[in-house]
Amino acid sequence: MTVMTMRQAISQALWEEMERDERVFIIGEEVGLWGGTYAVTKGFYDHFGPERVRDTPIAEGVIIGAANGAAMAGLRPVAELMTINFAFLAMDQIVNHSAKLRSMFGGQFTIPLVIRTVGGGGRQLGATHSQTPDVVFAHFPGLKVVAPGTPYDAKGLLKSAIRTDDPVMFIEHATLYQTRGEVPDGEYLEPIGVSKVQRQGDDVTLVTYSKMLQVSLQAADQLAQDGVEVEIVDLRSLRPLDIEPVVASFRRTNRCVIVEEGWPSYGIGAEVATRLYEEAFDYADAPIRRVAQKEVPLPYNRELEQLALPQVDDVISAVKEVL
Amino acid sequence: MDKGEMLLLYHEMVLVRRLEEKAAELYQQGKVGGFLHLYIGQEAVGSGVVSSRRPEDRVITAYRDHGIAISCGMSAEIVMAELLGKKTGCSKGKGGSMHLADVNLNFWGGHAIVGAHLPLAVGMALADKYQGSEAATICLFGDGATNIGYFHESLNLSMVWSLPVLWVCENNQYGMGTSVERASAVSEIRRKADGYGMQNDRVDGMDILQVRAATEKALEYVRKEGPYLLEVVTYRFRGHSMGDPERYRESDEVQKWKDDDPIGIFRNYLLENGHHNLETLDAEDQKVEDEIQQAVQFAETSPDPAPEALFQDIYVEGVE
Ligand SMILES: Cc1ncc(C[n+]2csc(CCOP(=O)(O)OP(=O)(O)O)c2C)c(N)n1
Ligand SMILES: [Mg+2]
Repeated sequence: MTVMTMRQAISQALWEEMERDERVFIIGEEVGLWGGTYAVTKGFYDHFGPERVRDTPIAEGVIIGAANGAAMAGLRPVAELMTINFAFLAMDQIVNHSAKLRSMFGGQFTIPLVIRTVGGGGRQLGATHSQTPDVVFAHFPGLKVVAPGTPYDAKGLLKSAIRTDDPVMFIEHATLYQTRGEVPDGEYLEPIGVSKVQRQGDDVTLVTYSKMLQVSLQAADQLAQDGVEVEIVDLRSLRPLDIEPVVASFRRTNRCVIVEEGWPSYGIGAEVATRLYEEAFDYADAPIRRVAQKEVPLPYNRELEQLALPQVDDVISAVKEVL
Repeated sequence: MDKGEMLLLYHEMVLVRRLEEKAAELYQQGKVGGFLHLYIGQEAVGSGVVSSRRPEDRVITAYRDHGIAISCGMSAEIVMAELLGKKTGCSKGKGGSMHLADVNLNFWGGHAIVGAHLPLAVGMALADKYQGSEAATICLFGDGATNIGYFHESLNLSMVWSLPVLWVCENNQYGMGTSVERASAVSEIRRKADGYGMQNDRVDGMDILQVRAATEKALEYVRKEGPYLLEVVTYRFRGHSMGDPERYRESDEVQKWKDDDPIGIFRNYLLENGHHNLETLDAEDQKVEDEIQQAVQFAETSPDPAPEALFQDIYVEGVE
């Protein structure tokens, strides 16, 4: 095991997969000469060259469109959208094409595409640059949506995403790149569509993913000091959603809090809670609670922005409410 | 342009420059957050273009907007307050550097999604024409923005509907780290207007007098005939935003452009042609210093928005 940052783990996964398979190439804004806006592809341009690390104009529609086409024709593009907010400019390609081309033509070809993108708030970037709309993408059958919360998962899941023959949105969190964690030294893959228990406990089930995993882990540490043992189930993948570990945990704890960074309406919490009511209604000892972003476009002002984002204290209060 | 107006423009350009140098300092101190894109090097574009407008003409631009805001008449105090996220800022602390606007000054923002404000300009010009107004809409954007679909859709529609829009491309030769040559099929951006049968021109953006003259001509055309694209060749002296490693350009190149500082060029012009003497210009520089100091003081002593502000101005009627 080596301790490394999320940035390094993602970068390693990309590097290894590009070494392994000539068909894998990177396409996006500032991925080459600049070295990636978040420095994930630093050094790639010099090593792999401009044919495989392709800087594009600012044109999200054609970045994803060309990646779709290249995938249909046998390549394995890793397209980078500088931030998830700009994915909205490529929405037609993602939703009407990446997600549907295969089934609509009766399975004649595959779309082995990875869209790497960066989401999340908390950096005072204002309303259009701070969103966490992960759930929007998870709405569409035909797409896979992965959002890791640790370096270990990021590396293993990205490698799987690149080897999968289906289109995958791989959502990184802008404030997690410096998060450190252990990563195996040898090659490993983490399966897409498998939730993972990141902390064991018997009192309350916390369901979360991505940045909010880290927030939930902090809350769990503090709750443990008061003798409350929280179990954390990390979804890791929003589609396919592996609900079984959540249900299993809930059957033991009988209490559940879902923590997501995005807005609660029609969100992850809404989905997970419904699944629990469908599959384990009789096990509930308290109403299921959600912790999420206040339903406002995120403001620039630091205090207001933090007020709108879910905090460790919000998780702690929600856990206390269901106890 | 008379002597008095020239002095005002000189003052404005120096004000923009010093305001941004100060903003960079405050950013380093952690008082300004988020992204901060400096206009330093491009001042002659904003001042030259905006000073050519009539009050009824609308102005809309991208996120590199401090200079345009000042040129539209926003005070340094209000800009600074917004940069510090204060309640007294033009967007009540909710927008930050990239989202300055004051509709009373006919300045419609500061927009941070590349290219997204071009269709807004089409709509504004449509509304003006629809309502029988004589106003034009001036829409500024970068070279990088001309590669996105929005640009092409907007130019085309403005032409089809013969709308009063002046498209101003601030070609500073890079979109982040990507040079025009690496991103655009034609490096003279004005050529893109040819594809839509649109009148166009290209002008040196380091010389405010040339920018002024070209804009006046363009606006006259817009009012009589319809859309027009003006490409202004300029350069940003600083990184794309704070913390840009600038691996994509040589320092020689940056220096060469810095030697053509638009403020220096205009200053020399004023001196050499006897419009103003050194004393007057130095006095103007000093006035700017005072204004900046006062702006910082105003911003720092202004209140933060109240917590309730989080839920305000989202819908016309408040929500909880
Ligand atoms: C749709 C979209 N894609 C990407 C970005 C990230 N981005 C912000 S500014 C910029 C470069 C824009 O270059 P240009 O239009 O030349 O303007 P300049 O920064 O040079 O003033 C990029 C890629 C964005 N804000 N919006
Ligand atoms: Mg540019």
